[in-house]
Amino acid sequence: MFAALRRWRGLAQAGVLGLNARNARYNLVFNPRRLLPLVDDKLTTKRLAHAAGIAVPECYGVIEEEHEIKAVHELLAEHPDFVIKPAQGSGGDGIQVFTGAAKGHYRKISGDLVSHDALEHHLSNILSGMYSLGGQPDKAIIEYRVRFDPVFERLSYQGVPDVRIIVFLGVPVMAMVRLPTRQSDGKANLHQGAIGSGIDMATGRTLRAVWHNEVVEDHPDTGNAVTGVVIPAWDKLLDIAARCYELTGLGYQGVDMVLDRDLGPLVLELNARPGLNIQIANQAGLLPRLDAIERAVEGLTDVSQRVAFARSRFAVG
Amino acid sequence: MPRRRTERHLYLLAGTLALIGLGVFVYKVWGLDFPLQAGQQEQRLWDLEVKLTFRADGAPAKLSLFIPRDTRRFQLVDENFVSLGYGLATSRPDANRQVTWSIRRAKGPQVLFYRATVRSLTAGGSPPDTGARPQVTAPELTELQKSAMQTLAGQLKAESADTTTLVGLLLAKLNAQNPGEAVALLLHDEGGAQPVLQVAVKALQFMGVPARIAHGVELKELTRQVPIISWFQVYEGNLWRSFNPKTGEAWVPDRYFTWWRGEEPIAQLSGGSRLSVEIATAINTESALRGATARAQVQAPALSALSLFSLPIDTQVVYRILLTVPLGVFILVLLRNIVGVKTFGTFMPVLIALAFRETQLLWGVTLFCVIVALGLAIRFYLEHLKLLLVPRLAAVVVVVVLLMTLISLLSQRMGLPEALSIALFPMVIITMTIERMSIVWEERGAAEALTQAGGSLAVASLAYLVMNERHIEHLVFVFPELLLVLLAAILLLGRYSGYRLLELKRFKALAGGR
Repeated sequence: MFAALRRWRGLAQAGVLGLNARNARYNLVFNPRRLLPLVDDKLTTKRLAHAAGIAVPECYGVIEEEHEIKAVHELLAEHPDFVIKPAQGSGGDGIQVFTGAAKGHYRKISGDLVSHDALEHHLSNILSGMYSLGGQPDKAIIEYRVRFDPVFERLSYQGVPDVRIIVFLGVPVMAMVRLPTRQSDGKANLHQGAIGSGIDMATGRTLRAVWHNEVVEDHPDTGNAVTGVVIPAWDKLLDIAARCYELTGLGYQGVDMVLDRDLGPLVLELNARPGLNIQIANQAGLLPRLDAIERAVEGLTDVSQRVAFARSRFAVG
Repeated sequence: MPRRRTERHLYLLAGTLALIGLGVFVYKVWGLDFPLQAGQQEQRLWDLEVKLTFRADGAPAKLSLFIPRDTRRFQLVDENFVSLGYGLATSRPDANRQVTWSIRRAKGPQVLFYRATVRSLTAGGSPPDTGARPQVTAPELTELQKSAMQTLAGQLKAESADTTTLVGLLLAKLNAQNPGEAVALLLHDEGGAQPVLQVAVKALQFMGVPARIAHGVELKELTRQVPIISWFQVYEGNLWRSFNPKTGEAWVPDRYFTWWRGEEPIAQLSGGSRLSVEIATAINTESALRGATARAQVQAPALSALSLFSLPIDTQVVYRILLTVPLGVFILVLLRNIVGVKTFGTFMPVLIALAFRETQLLWGVTLFCVIVALGLAIRFYLEHLKLLLVPRLAAVVVVVVLLMTLISLLSQRMGLPEALSIALFPMVIITMTIERMSIVWEERGAAEALTQAGGSLAVASLAYLVMNERHIEHLVFVFPELLLVLLAAILLLGRYSGYRLLELKRFKALAGGR
């Protein structure tokens, strides 16, 4: 009982944001419901970003109807390297990453072969809403598979590592890099077993990493150190994240980006209810930073000022 | 600042709701003496209700219904008739009371109610039956029946010493596996639902012993569509004694309430069709409550108009359950938003908790686990067939229904009647649970799926325990205004932005970090 109370006080002192507080004080207040469709459908987000000049992975095709599924193989013949995503999926559910075709099968990034039938079934599941909120009918997006930057080669097991930055009122608040593991099957979601590592906002250098709520120094599959790695193009990433505020108007959002070897930073998706694990990855609470932004936001007029504010105020050490 | 304002608005609203709820509650408890405690088990007041429905032809309609009278064991305390537009007359044919409703012109569906409150008397109630020995009229019989009756009477008279042994012997013969030729003939000729009863009464009358059929109901706590039970009575000493038609022993269970006597049906209708008679019984929980309700009618007529006791009994049964649902929902809010338990679906646990009412907790949890586990196995098997989502869900529904049937049949075989109640589980909810669980299982691993399933079950069990607590059920039924207080609490919880208890563990690494 007392231990719980002490821990409560400890969390409050560290400024840890809880789920209730995130929902009541940030999501409900700063994310008007009418704006949510902009990020709930990844296709809409893609179009918006594209129009605003923010780079996104190229979309090879969209499947909206059951009868279009059969034709998918022709499309995939041109692009054997691809990712399938439900347009309204959440938490990385339903995303499958493929690297090529072989003997009438598709090769998943894990090396598993997937038959044409199985792929069609997966697409059909996506269309019938198996991964969408409330089970409403959905679309399947087939898009460019990111060739990630060589920096990450040593740091991830298959899959595509991504960078998430929480943005509050246009100011980047906290960031982490998510590294897929063998367990997460190439996906970059922490609850699926990916590693999360906090990032120093000033320098883009990774801090300590967390795997399943435990602090780790090395990648469990590759054995390489995940701490102290400098994320390339950090300026660019912060700049894009900050600009996403104007893109959607959502006051509190998570921006998920990848670093492509050739194309540089690409926005994967925006999230109106970003998870709270980023605090564990950074070993820091969000609340003090959010409060600081709320106090200072009046004086921050453009993107560069907001990024500068984040780099100076949220530096580690 | 708008946030401040919404917060003030919320506190004001919650405060007002809580105040109204508590105000009415306090007034009812202290001003009108409504009882806070649920009544004792050995209550002695019972509510009876007869709902008569029929279709009137458009011509004059007349409906007569036997109604209870004072007996040795029960006393009529109160009765009323709900029959808009009907003329009403009560009479006392033979040993019965009867009400006759009549109307000059009625068309279409008609609904009439009769309600009564009876008190069960402990031993020593005065025998209200008339002292004079009733006249016995010989039953009408064909020649063949008469001779059969004579044979039977001859045997009985030779073997019996007094009325009690006579009745015992008679019933033994009538209920025998291989009755004699005479008895078989009599039973065969009688037909009807209860030939033994009819023949017994006729045989006794034939021998000059006053006998009659009695009909009644078993009094139970809140039951709808109570079946009518028949037995028979013999005049002995100077009162009518009831006998068990199976064994012939002098007997009548305490809870058997004698409604009417004779061979006529409980209700007779002319000028209409499709008559249906539904009897409902309820323990009249508290006489204190009765007093309080009466006081409320005088002192606060508006309040008593809002009392749930003014509803028909069968509707009351529904509301007793319905009014506990907000409690279950409240538990759900607490466990999800304050504790942080993960469940499948938002209100699924509350629906499962409702199903537990019928199955009892242990059986409910066991059956739920069994059915979900089996369903999950089938669902994983169907995964190989690559079915589209909706047909797959439908297939799982069918499988779930079949599994439920199978479990019922098996449990019947194994003599586990409790497991029969599996039929009461909401199968669509179970199907959705299976589907959701299989997706979570595949996407996020078995651990997550089992955590969520466990969370759902834990919430359902807790909600069941609270919803089924007798005193709590009594409180919300007698004082539904308390739900306003609950609503206020839920509204306030809607703005709770503190940590969830499970987050204390999740963010453990951050608590002592500084």
